[in-house]
Amino acid sequence: MTPEELRRLAESHEEARPEPRHCIKVCVAAGCLSAGSDRVREALQNEIAQRGLENECEVKGVGCLGLCTAGPLMLVEPDGVMYQRVTEEDAPAIVESLGKKSVEQLVCPSDMSFFTKQYKIVLENSGVIDPEKIEDYIARDGYTALARVLEEMTPQEVIDEITRSGLRGRGGAGYPTGLKWSTVAKAGGSRKFVICNADEGDPGAFMDRSVLESDPHRVLEGMAIAAYAVGASQGFLYVRAEYPLAVKRLRTAIRQAERLGLLGNNICGTTFSFHVDIRLGAGAFVCGEETALIASIEGKRGQPRPRPPYPAEYGLWGYPTLINNVETFANVAPIIRNGGDWFASIGTEKSKGTKVFALAGRVRNTGLIEVPMGITLREIIFDIGGGIPDGHRFKAVQTGGPSGGCIPEQYLDMPVDYDSLAKVGSIMGSGGMIVMDETSCMVDVAKFFMDFCVSESCGKCVPCRVGTAQMYHLLNKITSGEATMEDLALLEELCDMVKYTSLCGLGQTAPNPVLSTLQYFREEYIAHIVDKQCPAGVCQMRQ
Amino acid sequence: MNQPVRVKTLKIDDRDVSGREDETILEVARQNGIFIPTLCHLEGLTPIGACRLCLVEIKGVSRLLPACVTRVEEGMEVYTQSERLQKYRRMVLELLFSERNHICSVCVVNGHCELQSMAQILGMTHVSVPYRFPRLPVDASHERFVVDHNRCILCTRCVRVCDEIEGAHTWDVMGRGIDSRVITDLNQPWGESETCTSCGKCVNVCPTGALFEKGKPVSDRQKKRQFLPYLTMMREERR
Amino acid sequence: MHFTKPSPPSDDKRWRIVEATMRRHGYDHNALIETLHSVQQTFGYLDTEALQYVAKALRVPLSKVYGVATFYHFFTLKPQGEHTCVVCMGTACYIKGAPHVVAAISEKYQIQPGETTADGKLSLLTARCIGACGLAPAVVFDGEVAGKVTPEEALQRIGRWTDQ
Repeated sequence: MTPEELRRLAESHEEARPEPRHCIKVCVAAGCLSAGSDRVREALQNEIAQRGLENECEVKGVGCLGLCTAGPLMLVEPDGVMYQRVTEEDAPAIVESLGKKSVEQLVCPSDMSFFTKQYKIVLENSGVIDPEKIEDYIARDGYTALARVLEEMTPQEVIDEITRSGLRGRGGAGYPTGLKWSTVAKAGGSRKFVICNADEGDPGAFMDRSVLESDPHRVLEGMAIAAYAVGASQGFLYVRAEYPLAVKRLRTAIRQAERLGLLGNNICGTTFSFHVDIRLGAGAFVCGEETALIASIEGKRGQPRPRPPYPAEYGLWGYPTLINNVETFANVAPIIRNGGDWFASIGTEKSKGTKVFALAGRVRNTGLIEVPMGITLREIIFDIGGGIPDGHRFKAVQTGGPSGGCIPEQYLDMPVDYDSLAKVGSIMGSGGMIVMDETSCMVDVAKFFMDFCVSESCGKCVPCRVGTAQMYHLLNKITSGEATMEDLALLEELCDMVKYTSLCGLGQTAPNPVLSTLQYFREEYIAHIVDKQCPAGVCQMRQ
Repeated sequence: MNQPVRVKTLKIDDRDVSGREDETILEVARQNGIFIPTLCHLEGLTPIGACRLCLVEIKGVSRLLPACVTRVEEGMEVYTQSERLQKYRRMVLELLFSERNHICSVCVVNGHCELQSMAQILGMTHVSVPYRFPRLPVDASHERFVVDHNRCILCTRCVRVCDEIEGAHTWDVMGRGIDSRVITDLNQPWGESETCTSCGKCVNVCPTGALFEKGKPVSDRQKKRQFLPYLTMMREERR
Repeated sequence: MHFTKPSPPSDDKRWRIVEATMRRHGYDHNALIETLHSVQQTFGYLDTEALQYVAKALRVPLSKVYGVATFYHFFTLKPQGEHTCVVCMGTACYIKGAPHVVAAISEKYQIQPGETTADGKLSLLTARCIGACGLAPAVVFDGEVAGKVTPEEALQRIGRWTDQ
C-alpha cells in the first residue's frame, strides 16, 4: 500500500457503487443502540426495500453523533438534517420525506451550541463513517499518515513532529507524549512493545468507548505510527471486557487492516512490521495504572509495582514499553497529516489541541463532546450542555473521576486545561465531566467515590487497602449523622497520609474527592456533623 | 558478568555513606547501622514495597520513596527520621492493627512478633482508627501448621518464599483490597493442598502469629530465618 | 521437559472453544486471563473443575489461578440466574437515582446485589460504569442496555421474567 495505492483505493471506493442520492446515517454506538437504534435502522431498511428505493437511498450505521440524551439519532445526507428520538414508527415518514420537506417534529436543530461550539479532531469521523468498513476510513485520508511516515520520515522525525505538536497524555496525567516516545525510542534492547490503554475505568466516562466504537482504525493507525517511531513490532490493545461492541469492531478493524497490508508484516511494502493483539481487561480500575496493566497483560493479578523503573525502560516481560491511552493515539494521525504546528495552534499555551469530554449528570444535553483546550467550564455546561434542567441550580462539576475533584460555581469561568484544573484541586483526568445541582449532597458524592476506591483498591499496600476502608467508614458515619468533629479531624489526617504514602496513583489520588469537597463545601460536612442534617436531603440520618 | 560495579556516595541522615550502584537505600543504611523500619521486606526475597514503613524523604524529590526498592544514586540526600515520616509510620501500624484481630496477650508469638516489636520501637501507644473486627477463620487442617487469618498482615512473605525459594507456589492471595486473603491452592483447606511440601518455610518467614507450628510453647516459637539468605545465595550460584 | 496436555473435565463439546483459545496462545501461561474469559463466556461462570483444568493446561499454580479469578470483578465463581439485571452505578447513574433502582429490586426480590433468587430466575448485579452515562440511569437486562430507567420500569421489565 503506497500512498498512491491508498488514494486509488479511496477513489475506487467512491466510484464502486452508484452513489445513492440519499444516505441515512443511523448512530449505532452503544448509547443509541440502548435506545433502540438498530431496530430503527432495520425498519428504515425494510421501508426502503418495500418501496424499491435501494438505488435511491442507502441506510448506513455510523458511530457516535454525540448527543446521546436525544438518541436514537440519525443524519440524513445530503440535506444535512439531523433527527432525534426516532422510533420504528417514524420510518415511513422519514423515507417519504427524502428530498422533500423534513419531518418537523423529529428535527434536532444542528445549529444549537451543542454542535457549533465543538472542534473535532479525534471525533472527526464519528457519525460520518461506518466503523466496520476500512474503505470508509481510507476515503477520509485514513492510513495516509502511516504511509507517509513509512515512506518519507525517520523515526526521529516522527517523534520531533509529535513533540512539536505539544500533545500531552489524554489518560489524565498529561505527560508530554513526545517525551515519552523518545524515552522508549532511546531504550536499548531487541524487543519493544506498544500498548494502548483502553481500560476506561472512570465511572461516568465513555470517551474511549465511543472512539473505539465509532472510528477504530484511527487508534490502530496511531499505534502503528508510534511503533515505527519507537522501534516496536508488537502492540496490545487492552480493552475493558465490559465493552463488547468496541472489542468486536476492533477485531474487525485489525482483520481488515491486515488484509490490506496496513498491519502485519512488511507494512506498505517496507521492512516495518507491526502486529496488534487484543487483551481483555476484567473489571479492575487499578489496571489503568500502567504497571498494573502490564501485570494484567502478563496474565497476573493487576497489582502495581513501585516505579522506577518506568515501563519505558522495563515494561511488558521486562522489555521497553510505550503505553498511551486511546485518545492520545487518536490524535497522532491528524498531527502527522497536518503538522505539529497546526495542532499546537489549537488550545492554550501549555495544553494543546482538543479534549473529548463525556458530559453527563444534571445537564440538559448529555453526550460526547470535543472542545478546544482553554474553553471555559461555563461554555461547556451552559452553552454546549444547555444548562441545568428542571429549573434547578448549578452546584458543582466533577472532573477526573475518583482521582479528581468537585469544582464549585466560583470557578465556572476558568479555562479547562491541565494546569488550571490542577490549581483548583481537581485533575483533567480522562474526560469524565459530571454536572451536579442542589439535589446532590457533596458528602454523599465523596462517599460514593470512596466506596469506589475501597472496592477497586488492589490490596497490595497498607495505606490504600486499609486507609480507604477507614475513610469510607468515617464518611458513612458523617452521612448517617453519627459523627463528631473529632471524626472529621481524623478523616483529614487519613486523607493526608493515604495521599502521600500509597504505592500507586489509585491510592495517592483516592482522597481527592474528599479533599476538594472539604475545601469548597465544608459547611455541608459541618451540617451533617453538628446539625445532624443533610442540606440536599439525600442522606438518611439515623439520629 | 564480571563488570566492575560503580560505587555511589550519598548522605543518609547527614552521614556520608557509600554503596554499590545496584544496592538499595535500605541495604546501604543497614550496612551503616542506620535503622529503617520494615515489615514486608525480608532479605532473600524479592522486595515489593508494599507496607510503606520504609518510606524515606529524598532531597529534591517531591514523593516519598520506599527504601527497600529505591537504588542509591550519586549525591542523594536521604532523610529517614523526620517528624512526618514517624507520624506516617505509626499510622501504617495503626491501620494494620485495626484491620484484623490482633490480640497480643493471647497470641502464640507474643514477645517475638515483628508487628508488635515494630509498634514498640516506633512508639505507637494507641490505635486512633476504629477496629474493624472482621470475622475470619482459622485453618488447622494441616497436620503440623495452622493459618490464623485474624493475625495476617498480608505482607505476602509466605507467597514469595513458597514461590521463589521452595518453588511450590502453594500460597497466593485471593480477592482484592480490604477483602484480600492468603490462600493455599484453590482456596482449599491447607491440609488438603496437593502442592504443599510441608517444608515450613512460610511459617518461619511469617512476621506475626498468622502462620505457626502446632504444639509448641510460646517460648519456642522464635522464627528461624537464617536459611533464607543462604538458600538464595546457593541458588544464584547454581544458575 | 515433556508435558502431556490434560484432558477437559468432561466430554462437553463446549470445552473445544476453551481449548481453541489456549491453542491460539500456544498454551502460554500468560494466556490465563484470556482463557478464563473464554471459560466464562462459554459456561457462564468458573467452577473448581474448570479452574483446575486451566491451571494444569497452562501450567500455572492453582493458587495463582484462584488469585487471578477472584481479583477481577468480571469473573464469577457462582452460576448466574436464568436472567440477569445489571444496574449501572457509575457516577452519572448514581446521582440520577440508580440506588433507588437497586433498592426497589432488592426489596421486591429479597436479594442483595451479587445474589441470585432462590428459584434461580434472577441475578441482580451492579456495574461500576457501563459507559452509557448519557442515558443515566442505565440498566442492562439480559445483555440489552436500557436508558433512563425508573425503579417502576425496572420492576416491570423483571416482572416479565419472574411472573410467568
